[in-house]
Amino acid sequence: MGTRQSRGWVEKIFETWFAACAYLSIAVTAGIVLTLVWESWPFFQQVGLVEFLFEKEWTPLFSDAKFGIQPLLLGTLMTTLIACAVAVPLGILIAATLSEFMSSRMRQVIKPVIELLAGIPSVIFGYFALIVVTPFLQKWIPSLPGFSLLAAGLTMSFMILPLIVSLSEDALQAVPSSLREASQALGGTVWETTWKVILPSASSGIISACILGVSRAIGETMVVAIAAGQQPHWTLDPTEPAATMTAFMVQVALGDLPHGSLGYQTVFVVGLTLLLMTLAFNFLALQFRSRIRKSF
Amino acid sequence: METSTSRRKLFNQLMKILGLLGLGLSLVILLTLIFDLIIRGGSRIDFNFLTSFPSRRPSEAGLLSAWVGTLFVMLITAVMTILVGVSAAIYLEEYAKPGPMSRLIELNILNLSAMPSILYGLLALGIFVHQFRLGASLLTAGLTLSLLVLPIVIVSSREALRALPPNLKEASFALGATRFQTLIYYQLPSSLSGIMTGVILALSRAIGETAPLITIGALTYIAFLPKSIMDPFTVLPIQLFNWLSRPQPAFHVNAAAAGVILLLLTLSLNLLAIYIRIRVRKSVKW
Repeated sequence: MGTRQSRGWVEKIFETWFAACAYLSIAVTAGIVLTLVWESWPFFQQVGLVEFLFEKEWTPLFSDAKFGIQPLLLGTLMTTLIACAVAVPLGILIAATLSEFMSSRMRQVIKPVIELLAGIPSVIFGYFALIVVTPFLQKWIPSLPGFSLLAAGLTMSFMILPLIVSLSEDALQAVPSSLREASQALGGTVWETTWKVILPSASSGIISACILGVSRAIGETMVVAIAAGQQPHWTLDPTEPAATMTAFMVQVALGDLPHGSLGYQTVFVVGLTLLLMTLAFNFLALQFRSRIRKSF
Repeated sequence: METSTSRRKLFNQLMKILGLLGLGLSLVILLTLIFDLIIRGGSRIDFNFLTSFPSRRPSEAGLLSAWVGTLFVMLITAVMTILVGVSAAIYLEEYAKPGPMSRLIELNILNLSAMPSILYGLLALGIFVHQFRLGASLLTAGLTLSLLVLPIVIVSSREALRALPPNLKEASFALGATRFQTLIYYQLPSSLSGIMTGVILALSRAIGETAPLITIGALTYIAFLPKSIMDPFTVLPIQLFNWLSRPQPAFHVNAAAAGVILLLLTLSLNLLAIYIRIRVRKSVKW
């Protein structure tokens, strides 16, 4: 029975391949971390952490180069803050309405539409930001320039809204209906039940959804690269243009920097900063997510 | 007491109206944006637009190199995603023993799915472009995007495999089939539509990705068609981005037209996935 033996070999090869593919996902994470650290290393030897953290200007491609991450970090924080200031309260409100006030039939129609909207490519939102949202805002704020943190942030809020709604609604639906019924049997209105019973019970899931939204906003690239502005600029005014971390990376990638130059390394340095921020937020989201599993 | 009850009921109604208003307004804004895109871009799409290379004159510029590039990149991404993603799902669902290692892989996949796409671009720039010397080619782009969508395919393929009833698997084992034979002759064919749904959703995500491809150095102006997978390329979203960053409004119309086509592709992939899912739900009766 030589065939049986050869079959064993074939199966072994396939099993090894399957395992290798599963471990590849670890290699991807390790690869991202190692590439960023490896390419950033010479930069930090040359520039130093103190200048990187405390210098207020980021002009790596000028002859008088300054390497302070603050302006880029501030740009990212501003757009993220604007996006979340709109998307988080609105998202939770919409999720609560969908889950608590609507019939399950309506929900089954609206939820897929929301998930479909979540799939719109970000470059199309970039188009919306530049061509529709900015001119619209300029009607209200005539001094608003063609690129601004405000337009990019607001557009981004509509980009992360479907994500927050969809995940929060899942969390609300996961609350056992016995809690709902108990509260209403005690005379609570639907809103009181939602506000005092359902939302607190689903809070871990909702917080996790919002953190994922924040994490998405921090890493979002095309909307800010198109509509927020290209110049790194230390500002707290949302109506001014300023580059974010991701916008800077795109801008440098569009140019033609030689491999190994200091300008080339700055992309990886900014990437490393972005990675650390996202990892922190993802870790937080995971913490809250594991808390949901424990509670019910 | 009476007034407080009616006030509470009134407040309940108010919150309901506020919620519905929020939902309605958000949907209206998003749908208006999409409608506006279609109005501005739709009329620009004609045969010439689809069969011309990009040009300095907006009225002569077309999408040919962009959609051909997208097609090839998606083909490479699909092949890689199926080969690697489905295999990883099979390992995690059928072979891996529960323990700290599987837990680590699962957490890692969750984390990867929330990683900004531009970081995959930096990984590819460091590893594929410079270490493996693949350049800013179709192959690099396909590999990059397949790594990016790997978590989507792994999670959905695992769900498809898990959804199969265990008794048929046990019956197959009882007849003396090995784990691998059970996989090839029963599990994979039975969960094929679930797996395909995941692959299609992954492709619908990959088709709109712009940032990682710009990062690996994809060119924005390509006036020829690729002859091999090692050739430079451009794709629909990059072409859109390029037209959008020109100052002339006529190019913005081109960008809108490219947006309409990109949106159509994304939506039809999504609808296809939904259609397969519904059909499977109806037809499968164990």
